[in-house]
Amino acid sequence: MSKMISYEKKNTPVHKLSGFTKLIFFILWCLTSALTFDTRVLFTMIAIGVVIYIIADVKWQQVGGIFIAVMIFMVINLVCIFFFSPYEGCKIYGSRTDIVHLFGDYTLTKQQLFYELNVFVKYFAVLPSVFIFLVTTDPSELASSINGIGVPYTIAYALEITLRYIPDIQDEFHKIKNAQEARGIEMSSKGKLFDRIKNTAIIIFPLLFSTMERIGVVSNAMELRGFGKKKKRTWYSKKPLKAADIAVIAFSVGFFVLTMFITYMDGSRFYNPFI
Amino acid sequence: MKFKFGIKEVVALGIGTALFVVLTTVQIPLVIVPNTALQPRMAILAFFSAVFGPLVGAGIGFIGHWLGDAIFYGSVWWSWVFPEIIVGAGIGAFFKKYAVEEGGFNKGKSIVLFLLTEIVSNAIAWILLAPVLDIIIFKEPVNKVFVQGLFAFLGNAIIIGVLGTVLLIVYSKIVGTSSNLKAED
Repeated sequence: MSKMISYEKKNTPVHKLSGFTKLIFFILWCLTSALTFDTRVLFTMIAIGVVIYIIADVKWQQVGGIFIAVMIFMVINLVCIFFFSPYEGCKIYGSRTDIVHLFGDYTLTKQQLFYELNVFVKYFAVLPSVFIFLVTTDPSELASSINGIGVPYTIAYALEITLRYIPDIQDEFHKIKNAQEARGIEMSSKGKLFDRIKNTAIIIFPLLFSTMERIGVVSNAMELRGFGKKKKRTWYSKKPLKAADIAVIAFSVGFFVLTMFITYMDGSRFYNPFI
Repeated sequence: MKFKFGIKEVVALGIGTALFVVLTTVQIPLVIVPNTALQPRMAILAFFSAVFGPLVGAGIGFIGHWLGDAIFYGSVWWSWVFPEIIVGAGIGAFFKKYAVEEGGFNKGKSIVLFLLTEIVSNAIAWILLAPVLDIIIFKEPVNKVFVQGLFAFLGNAIIIGVLGTVLLIVYSKIVGTSSNLKAED
């Protein structure tokens, strides 16, 4: 079972920020990386990401596995892009500089390499925000911050329930899986496709039934305590915004506006070094 | 149409998402296309959509996909998160007709309706929306994303059609007939 990324209590400036601030940063950062294709902006984002990692005291053991997994995923993806469309980069940048002819209709071009580098960097630029958000935000604070940006508190509370029950359900999943494996039913990659689906089903059934029971128990308990009767709700773990929070929010918004300006200044979201 | 979003729905959304996230790592790989696999978690999404309706379904799809990806892979592929909303909402659209918890999901009619909505919403999500978002956000080659989308559609339609249907039939049968008690006047 792969390792999960989870909250770790530390005393760094990033941990001290309010969850609301980190959520705003997370959303704006994802938006920026989705909208821009400007190489300069993407590399700046990676640099800022590294700085945040250092400030938040993130260790290589925590991120190493994920980086390697993402790297493998991206390499497969990039090779795929090349085989499906070897001249995508030429179309985007409007020029073509051959490097070496490979075989058949496939020629390696500078533009294609540059385009694939951008796709690669673009994907890596998202990583810090997701990771920092999950590692440095207390799950019980998460709901209050999501409620803070205007999401109804029932939804925020559902998310809180999710984070609370993931470890429980995971425990149960392992128990059921081990029990079934002891009976000779395993979820390996051996066997025919339908056998594999069948074996998976045998493990999922008990898990689903106990989950449905759990839903009944928890919703009864919440009903007894009068959940959802009022329009608003306060949060025990909500942190008030401090000067540092306001500074980070201002930076995030400023960075977003600036990157959008740099990216779209010349009318195209691509940075074109080939002109 | 107005849908109820009461305590039961809140809890179902929360715990259903947790189950969806836990099952993120359970994958039956299809070796043919990289980065796609049969995902049993999709059957769970379909199950909760059919039992609790479109809002819960859409919520589990959206939150579960991004949280699962974030927790286990450390990153989020946004263009594949949003189509999940269509799948959840689409399958849940006729949840009242299935009446799963009352034991209604046993007739050929509800199974056919479930399969039909399942296939249509998966088609819209993976053949149409996911590739278009991939092109808009990542500017990936058109033919690549549509081939990937097609395989994602096939994979999800199959796993929901087989595993999801079986889960619903069995659950509906057990829950719908488990009680012999009758209300007294």
